[in-house]
Amino acid sequence: MASDALSLTNVHAFYGDSHILHGVSFSLRPGGVLALLGRNGAGKTTCISTVVGFLTPREGEIKLFGESIAGLSPERISRLGIGLVPQGRRIFPSLTVRENLIVAGQRENKSEKPWNIERIYSMFPRLQERHTQLAGTLSGGEQQMLAIGRALMGNPRVLLLDEPSEGLAPLIVAEVGRTIKRLKEEGQSIVLVEQNRQLALEVADQAVILNTGRCVFAGEASELNEDLIAQNLGVFRAH
Amino acid sequence: MQFWIIQGLNSLSLGGLLFLLSSGFSLIFGLMRLANLTHGAFFMLGTYFGAISLRNYSGLNIWVAALGAGIAVAAIGGLFERLILTRLKTNPLGQVLVTLGMSFIISDACLMFWGGDSIPVPTPQSLQAPTRVFGFVFPTYRLVLVGCAIAAAIALYFLLERTRLGAMIRAGVDDRQMARAVGIPVSRLFTIVFCLGAGIAGAGGVLGGPILSAYPGLDGDMLPLALIVVILGGIGSLLGAFVGSFIIGFIYTFGSALFPELAYIILFLPMIFVIAFRPQGLFGRVGA
Ligand SMILES: Nc1ncnc2c1ncn2[C@@H]1O[C@H](COP(=O)(O)OP(=O)(O)OP(=O)(O)O)[C@@H](O)[C@H]1O
Ligand SMILES: [Mg+2]
Repeated sequence: MASDALSLTNVHAFYGDSHILHGVSFSLRPGGVLALLGRNGAGKTTCISTVVGFLTPREGEIKLFGESIAGLSPERISRLGIGLVPQGRRIFPSLTVRENLIVAGQRENKSEKPWNIERIYSMFPRLQERHTQLAGTLSGGEQQMLAIGRALMGNPRVLLLDEPSEGLAPLIVAEVGRTIKRLKEEGQSIVLVEQNRQLALEVADQAVILNTGRCVFAGEASELNEDLIAQNLGVFRAH
Repeated sequence: MQFWIIQGLNSLSLGGLLFLLSSGFSLIFGLMRLANLTHGAFFMLGTYFGAISLRNYSGLNIWVAALGAGIAVAAIGGLFERLILTRLKTNPLGQVLVTLGMSFIISDACLMFWGGDSIPVPTPQSLQAPTRVFGFVFPTYRLVLVGCAIAAAIALYFLLERTRLGAMIRAGVDDRQMARAVGIPVSRLFTIVFCLGAGIAGAGGVLGGPILSAYPGLDGDMLPLALIVVILGGIGSLLGAFVGSFIIGFIYTFGSALFPELAYIILFLPMIFVIAFRPQGLFGRVGA
């Protein structure tokens, strides 16, 4: 059996003494898009932080294409093939657009069609127009494009996107949606955290719902029903 | 008139030396959030290495001595960072104690090896003749020293602003955690920056030798000046270190020449105002 692109098994994570993730398990198929859903504070970002190595799981296993990555340093995990588009974008504000991309380029290329700065620019022409501009002066939408481009520069085997539509105008949200679809068509494996359920379920084939640090659903996106959604997602944020 | 001009040049050359000292201190603080209290001792160690090697090998010139001492101090700094400081990443108080302790160890070692008398560093022969400009006489070596500081500033600027390594360092200053998440080996950058800062201080120590001489206590005289420069200029800012160094060079030189008993008050009083009204310094970023 081919191994999953990413799998979490019974992952427990803490911030200091507060126990945030209580045995989270799910797996992402190669080339698939998995929507990670849940209310504010459900533990989605904590889950992402544990995968990228910002947090070390106290218990449980995390595997990238069968290889254990739990407890490795963020730079190791990045080099092994996890790309992160973090919540809040976190581009490097005092670097130019171009520098933001260059510093994230990695020599060891894992894919047959590697990402490079030209390919990023052709996907996001706005970034090319502004390549010498300081990233901190970009608009929110442009910063989001840059954050995605930066993550792709590492040629990730699995791309994690944490609320890429947060705080963006509807037109830009649509563009983010198209970008994700395009990446999926290229065979990129993706975990997509979204409050914008509509956007997430348009592209996702798998879904996971977290509620206070526990998986209450993990399966095919098509199996999600209104009851599950009403119970665990609710309407907390206007979108 | 001659007094003002000569003191002006003294200020510039002290400013140049302060830049060689404080640029590394500032970079280390900016990236590693580490107040490296060993920095003055690195400078002094450089001066001693220069003084001793120039005394023992008469054919050696000061530039080679500065290069050699810079490399030696960079290596010592690198070992110190790798072996000890990396273990204290999340312990700021521990870092303060260890870097201060290391500076005491270096001073005592210098005292033990080279005694309590000050050891002069000769001005290079070719630069001993004074330079005349517009009828004024300048000590040539001091002019060259200012040139060295400017050259170092330009080289550092290119390294930081025009290379991928420099961009990675700045990314680490902006957001250390996110830098690691895009694969930047931040802890290796820490070592590189620490070696670089220590090396520049060590080389600066040799170049300052003809003006200052090697003596016990040189480290303690230099460290507060580096702190003041960095507070004034803004932590982590190369431009801030540059401008701050020359401002402090002037304040300190004229302060000690005109009001010798008030020199430290003249130096520290403005700092209190800077900290109170512009805590990020002249060129620092808010929140940095
Ligand atoms: N750095 C931290 N220290 C302590 N507790 C934290 C920290 N970050 C998050 N938490 C807590 O962990 C829980 C999960 O937070 P998390 O950020 O993972 O939620 P989320 O699902 O990403 O929410 P959102 O949709 O608002 O981004 C929350 O109760 C939060 O208060
Ligand atoms: Mg979140």
